Amino acid sequence: MGVEGIGARVARKEDKRFLTGKGRYTDDMSVPGMKYAVFVRSPHAHAKILKVDASAAKDMPGVIDVLDGKQILADGIGNLICGWMIHSKDGSPMKMGAWRPLAHETVRYVGDAVAIVVADSVAEARDAAEAVVVDYQELPVVIDASKALEAGQPQLHPEAPNNLIFDWQIGDESETDKAIATAAHVTEVTIHNNRLSPNPMEPRAALGIYDAGDDHYTCYTTSQNPHVARLVMSAFYNVAPENKLRVIAPDVGGGFGSKIYIYPEEIVCLWASKRTGVPVKWTSDRTEAFLTDAHGRDHVSTVKMAFDANNRIIGLKVDTIANLGAYMSLFSSAVPTYLYATLLSGQYDIPAIHANVRTVYTNTAPVDAYRGAGRPEATYLLERTMETAARELGVSPAELRRVNFIRSFPHQTPVIMNYDAGDYEASLNAAMQAADWNGFAARKAEADRRGMKRGIGMSCYIEACGIAPSAAVGSLGAGVGLWESAEVRVNAVGTIEVLTGSHSHGQGHETTFAQLVADRFGVPIDSVNIVHGDTDKVQMGMGTYGSRSGAVGMSAVVKALDKVEAKAKKIAAHLMEADESDIVIENGELKVAGTDKAVPWFQMALAAYTAHNLPAGMEPGLKEGAFYDPANFTFPAGCYICEVEVDPDTGRTKIVQFVAADDFGNIINPMIVEGQVHGGIAQGIGQALLEGVHYDPSGQLLTASYMDYAMPRADDLPSFQVSTSNTPCPNNPLGIKGCGEAGAIGSPPALINAITDAIGNNALTMPATPQKVWAAAHAAK
Amino acid sequence: MAKVTMTVNGRQVSGHCDDRTLLVQFIRENLGLTGTHVGCDTSQCGACVIHMDGKSVKSCSILAAQAAGSTITTIEGLAADGELHPVQAAFKANHGLQCGFCTPGMVMTAVDMIRRHQGQLDEATVRAELEGNICRCTGYHNIVKAILAAAAEMSGARVAAE
Ligand code: FES
Ligand code: FES
Repeated sequence: MGVEGIGARVARKEDKRFLTGKGRYTDDMSVPGMKYAVFVRSPHAHAKILKVDASAAKDMPGVIDVLDGKQILADGIGNLICGWMIHSKDGSPMKMGAWRPLAHETVRYVGDAVAIVVADSVAEARDAAEAVVVDYQELPVVIDASKALEAGQPQLHPEAPNNLIFDWQIGDESETDKAIATAAHVTEVTIHNNRLSPNPMEPRAALGIYDAGDDHYTCYTTSQNPHVARLVMSAFYNVAPENKLRVIAPDVGGGFGSKIYIYPEEIVCLWASKRTGVPVKWTSDRTEAFLTDAHGRDHVSTVKMAFDANNRIIGLKVDTIANLGAYMSLFSSAVPTYLYATLLSGQYDIPAIHANVRTVYTNTAPVDAYRGAGRPEATYLLERTMETAARELGVSPAELRRVNFIRSFPHQTPVIMNYDAGDYEASLNAAMQAADWNGFAARKAEADRRGMKRGIGMSCYIEACGIAPSAAVGSLGAGVGLWESAEVRVNAVGTIEVLTGSHSHGQGHETTFAQLVADRFGVPIDSVNIVHGDTDKVQMGMGTYGSRSGAVGMSAVVKALDKVEAKAKKIAAHLMEADESDIVIENGELKVAGTDKAVPWFQMALAAYTAHNLPAGMEPGLKEGAFYDPANFTFPAGCYICEVEVDPDTGRTKIVQFVAADDFGNIINPMIVEGQVHGGIAQGIGQALLEGVHYDPSGQLLTASYMDYAMPRADDLPSFQVSTSNTPCPNNPLGIKGCGEAGAIGSPPALINAITDAIGNNALTMPATPQKVWAAAHAAK
Repeated sequence: MAKVTMTVNGRQVSGHCDDRTLLVQFIRENLGLTGTHVGCDTSQCGACVIHMDGKSVKSCSILAAQAAGSTITTIEGLAADGELHPVQAAFKANHGLQCGFCTPGMVMTAVDMIRRHQGQLDEATVRAELEGNICRCTGYHNIVKAILAAAAEMSGARVAAE
């Protein structure tokens, strides 16, 4: 590894602009003649729209226009869609209700967009939005998913009787039932996975610019995948054909899944720009973000885990109800199915698994992928169940896991996944050692003397990243392929541009992708530029989510680099009259191995472009592209240990140590990987301890600001001890598994296992607020 | 509409704005200094922190008119002569930022924190002081590390100068 190559702890190239206030986020964009949009949103969770009267609003100062749902319908803009088809076990397709970008008949959750006001300033648009009079006829509301399935409840979409979207299953039910019937012990639990708001610090925003001269649209937007946004807006929403629509996702201030989806606002801003003849910018405020950004999680599951007399798991049966909110968001159907139930084997060798999943409409915000997406739900369920089983069986939690670990690879689970590589015991041992697990009893005794209840908990997670291959996900219902693209352009002076379909919104691609090039050609990373996030510059790509940029996006870069390297060697061999197979590239030079003959990198590049002296028949130039479709998922895994002290008088939990031991495969930049783990753990601790979206029975969102929704702050968290012990992924050229979501997946069960250990009561739901912990601790007495 | 005049990053500026215009809007919209961010509506997140007359202030919590006549430093004014301020440099060296959205507010808060504590900071104090700044990306681990490193460096430099 060179100082800037693969594995080096390189400080980030992009930092300077962020640190000096020169980042360029969507709301920072300003174009001549730009006007500002504010959305009129439903104050009711369920109502019929009788009339929208904008006459008074249109007369207010600064107002350009007010546009509503009937107008957008008349202009032929289509419904929002869910792009992953799931079939129920009876073979029927999922029941997708209509989601209009602006509702004109029915609103189904508080925040549903009804009209857009465009004005000279945000303040004037807001004043006018308040003057838009909408006549609503209120309808009954249901917010709880289990209740929504019962007979006689309010119905959200005529397509979905009893609000059931699909009733899906995976695995062998009769084998699983047989295992449970013959088990020596069965652990039964009910698991709640709380609803969360993703809360990237940059609120969503969109700037729609219509150019009448070329009949062309440009959209600046806060997107993790601008090409997918363009494709969907073009192919399904009928905004404009792809060649007439440019989507740019500039600097994006965090996503965590919530910026994958194409929301009504970007569609409406583009359409409104054409209708009004002015560029239209909308920026969400934080309350709108709480109301309308896709939420995460919200599962309730019952679990039966069956053990034989040797404490080996022989069967697992899961029944899950997943709340998808008022409409099916873009990938909502995949989250509680193929991203969740396929991970229910965890790190364990389980011969029989069956999961049944029902997804349900309710009068709440749409729910879709949030950091981890299904895998945190699977891990929390399994690891809480394992901990409960260990307590019931009277064995140590580490021993119960050890007995059940998968130890040989590849390993085929009963729920589709084929794990390629791993060493689960290695991360368990590393975590236990780092946490001084054996010294816990002494620490607990010491805490007892101070009147504090000390507890320790672990979680062993597995996740699946870089979901692939495209043909396989297509057969499971995905509407898109899940490959990635790259283009490597070597300029005539030898500097390099890498155009990637991945998108960075905090992950540091401008540095890590450049490290790949530095490693390959020995050129400084400062001579490498990473270009991403603009459909006019970059070839079609799939974007960044599911920890896929390393395993899939970088693999595409590697393939393109292979082609560049091959051509560069041919040129150098020709220039030095040597054999192509003798050329090696080192420290920015192409050398003839074993001699002192060398051509500097830039000279080879210049030769490629002057084309005065190239091998016969070779095309001039040096630019290569690649599309990479992985052979399999990757399977990062690890062990997290959390130690807490609970104050029995107040119920307040203090995290005294948090240890993460991960297996991410090969690592490009350990500094960035550690940062990803830190951030993921903080979000997982947030879920377990602090965060929760709450609606009242009428569907009003009670947690719509940072005064009401508890975000993890610096003094809620400890510093973390993170380490990795890596088994390279055999399925991609770099051996990378992915690290973006692990922290959020592995940490919640470790924390809840620690708190329940401390208080001696296993009945505790997330978020473990002081009030709940206090009550559970006292109930245990 | 009122005319507001103030000194921003060493330059006298003025602009016309609605009485209800917040200082952060004035900085972003009137002055085009978009390094100062807006992350919330309730003065909770700290993305908008600037220095007003030498103290850190959430620029979403005061009106532009209230800031008339004051001296303001925004993130754009922190680095002198193209050299990163020690706090900026420490954030870079310690990977104290990911998406960069909270970063301007974090840096401005940190500079003021180090000044008020004369560089004498420990982890618990830094974490308590960051109560008003939310970061969703970093888990704060490396932000805390960066602030402690900058504080040590800046107080070392001060001691050396004395
Ligand atoms: S925008 Fe000022 S505190 Fe959030
Ligand atoms: S770096 Fe993204 S919010 Fe702090």
